[in-house]
Amino acid sequence: MTIASSSSFVLSQRHLLGIEGLSREDIVGLLDLGEEFVALNRQVEKKRTSLRGRTQVNLFFEVSTRTQASFELAGKRLGADVMNMSASSSSMRKGETLIDTAITLNAMHPDILVVRHQSSGAVALLASKLDCSVINAGDGAHEHPTQALLDALTIRRNKGRIEGLLVAICGDILHSRVARSNIILLNQMGARVRVIAPSTLLPAGIERFGVEVARDMREGLADADIVMMLRLQRERMNGSYVPSVSEYFHYWGLDEKKLSYAKPDAMVMHPGPMNRGVEIDSIVADGVQSLIREQVEMGVAIRMAVLEALSRKLPNA
Amino acid sequence: MLDRGPILLANARIIDPSRDLNIVGDLLIADGVIREAKRGIGAAGVPEGTNVVDCRGKLIAPGLIDMRAFIGEPGAGHRESFASASQAAAAGGVTTIICQPDTSPVIDNPATVDFVMRRARDTAIVRVHPMAAITKGLEGSEMTEMGLLKAAGAVAFSDGEKSVTNAQVMRRSLTYARDFDALIVHQTEDPDLIGDGVMNEGEFAARLGLVGIPKAAETVMLERDIRLVGLTGGRYHAASITCADSLAVLERAKEAGLNVSASASINHVTLNENDIGPYRTFLKLAPPLRAENDRKALVAAVGSGLIDVVMSDHNPQDVEVKRLPFAEAAAGAIGLETMLAAGLRLAHSGEIELPTLLRAMSTRPAELLGLPGGTLKSGAPADVIVVDTEVPWVVDPTELKSKCKNTPFDEARMLGRVVRTIVAGRTVYEYV
Repeated sequence: MTIASSSSFVLSQRHLLGIEGLSREDIVGLLDLGEEFVALNRQVEKKRTSLRGRTQVNLFFEVSTRTQASFELAGKRLGADVMNMSASSSSMRKGETLIDTAITLNAMHPDILVVRHQSSGAVALLASKLDCSVINAGDGAHEHPTQALLDALTIRRNKGRIEGLLVAICGDILHSRVARSNIILLNQMGARVRVIAPSTLLPAGIERFGVEVARDMREGLADADIVMMLRLQRERMNGSYVPSVSEYFHYWGLDEKKLSYAKPDAMVMHPGPMNRGVEIDSIVADGVQSLIREQVEMGVAIRMAVLEALSRKLPNA
Repeated sequence: MLDRGPILLANARIIDPSRDLNIVGDLLIADGVIREAKRGIGAAGVPEGTNVVDCRGKLIAPGLIDMRAFIGEPGAGHRESFASASQAAAAGGVTTIICQPDTSPVIDNPATVDFVMRRARDTAIVRVHPMAAITKGLEGSEMTEMGLLKAAGAVAFSDGEKSVTNAQVMRRSLTYARDFDALIVHQTEDPDLIGDGVMNEGEFAARLGLVGIPKAAETVMLERDIRLVGLTGGRYHAASITCADSLAVLERAKEAGLNVSASASINHVTLNENDIGPYRTFLKLAPPLRAENDRKALVAAVGSGLIDVVMSDHNPQDVEVKRLPFAEAAAGAIGLETMLAAGLRLAHSGEIELPTLLRAMSTRPAELLGLPGGTLKSGAPADVIVVDTEVPWVVDPTELKSKCKNTPFDEARMLGRVVRTIVAGRTVYEYV
């Protein structure tokens, strides 16, 4: 059995390089489409044919488990031929430049390229050299648009809306592409956004992003509907940005006590992978207020929605 | 000598720099706190059992808070213990010692802060609060758990005699400390500019054949720090300013509204490089004694409040590291016991007003560190000193209470000394 897509939604652009530049209609369209795929993914027969004959290449310069798996599954369920390339096995290891990799790939006529790269702006650079559609699966500390979209879908399904909610994003804002994409999306959708972090993990000029800024969890979590925790990389834990894991967890780690400062029905999110006992306590991560597992499910659906929407703009679609 | 009941210090000249009070009157202490300071308390009657002390016009002031003292504990108790340091402090009118973190082990984790506070509580007769390290192991690379350290009792953060040379580490430390309203206290000396230097660079060092330390070693680091304070909005204290050039930097920073304050040591406001004379190693200090015009500028800056704090820089060094050729000798001088007497020289000579001096040694440190002392207001902790400003005496190192005798005021003639020191309402020192 196949559910025919009722939506005739078409994305306004050829690539998905970031949330920046998406209209409210684009976002709502993708979320609605994602909703359909949630239903599809819960069926026994999960296969669609809208990408049949299309080639999707997942080019990951930075290691990833869930994002890469999620994109692979999404492409396969839509009928595309999916090829995974990772930095460790690619010619990049042999010193090939990003542009040369792009030219080489282009010659193979992929239809959709999904790229993750450690440098901000690298995905846009690739897109400028390629004929296919490019999806940003995370570039440096810049953007991770599909993460923000899946977060939005998760929020909308649980709260019934996004507009008017207070979303607290906590942790390493400075290095986080997830935070940047979410801030842009949530602002676009009319949510109130508050970031909470030690000052060392806040980028300069953050107050001009349309967010409230708090350094303290008690103050920052007050009245929050959604508590979105961010991962703190190991190399940033021991004295460079924060003094230690124990101090970070003491002041900024989400435990039951700190969660109690938020609204009683507040929901907890985390883009994964989690550092239990660093930014989040296991009791909270696995608790009734946690949406963390649901986020992963939404991830496949929203990536299918993005692939589907972009495929409708491909030549000969 | 250890009294537990109320004390009335009668007929005294009372100076309270915290509220510009300078009167002749009485001060009543009970239950460890100051009840009141005014004229005629004694005449109006005092609680039964009060120990009435006729001060006969002597000076009463808040107990001194020494913002920079190096104590050997833990790790070098043979140089100085909390017990011996506190005996010296009490004899010098210091009722609160702020000890530095460069001990062994370094005070860079909450457990060591806890140890220091317990040890001091059990063995010291004055109050002791530690500064904790800015960076782990004083290595200048990774910042410490400032939130937990402050919660454990660290009153400020300092890498002791070491400077944080990595500007990125300093930036992040100032930024992080701001979230906890923690004070960063920094020794502003560029180690590369110090090089092999052992005293102030200039003619005198050249004549002695010693390698000099330029003033720029201090000003370069201070200028950098001020820029970083401007960038981060942190709360910053220059630990030991020695020269006029630095004062200009400080003045600009304060005028710009930055949260900046500074200390000078009693040595630098009362001595100069010429006092080194024939290679006297007890006057080898870090940072070094500067020229007379620098000393005069520092005194004027204490007078104007540009220099907020005068501290002892108490640094006990034993004979085997001091009785060496100048260049090889350890730097540092003891000062807890002589700080006030040396300061009184400046007051007697008219270089500085007495209330201003006392403010720099009590009220300002209390304000900067968030301590309740440094004042004689009603309800404040009864940390009080009685000073006979007119008694002449000669510093005899053998009578000093520090374990080490490396005083730069060896055999110096002083005018004025502490005759009674009260901590939390109890007399802990009396000169008879």
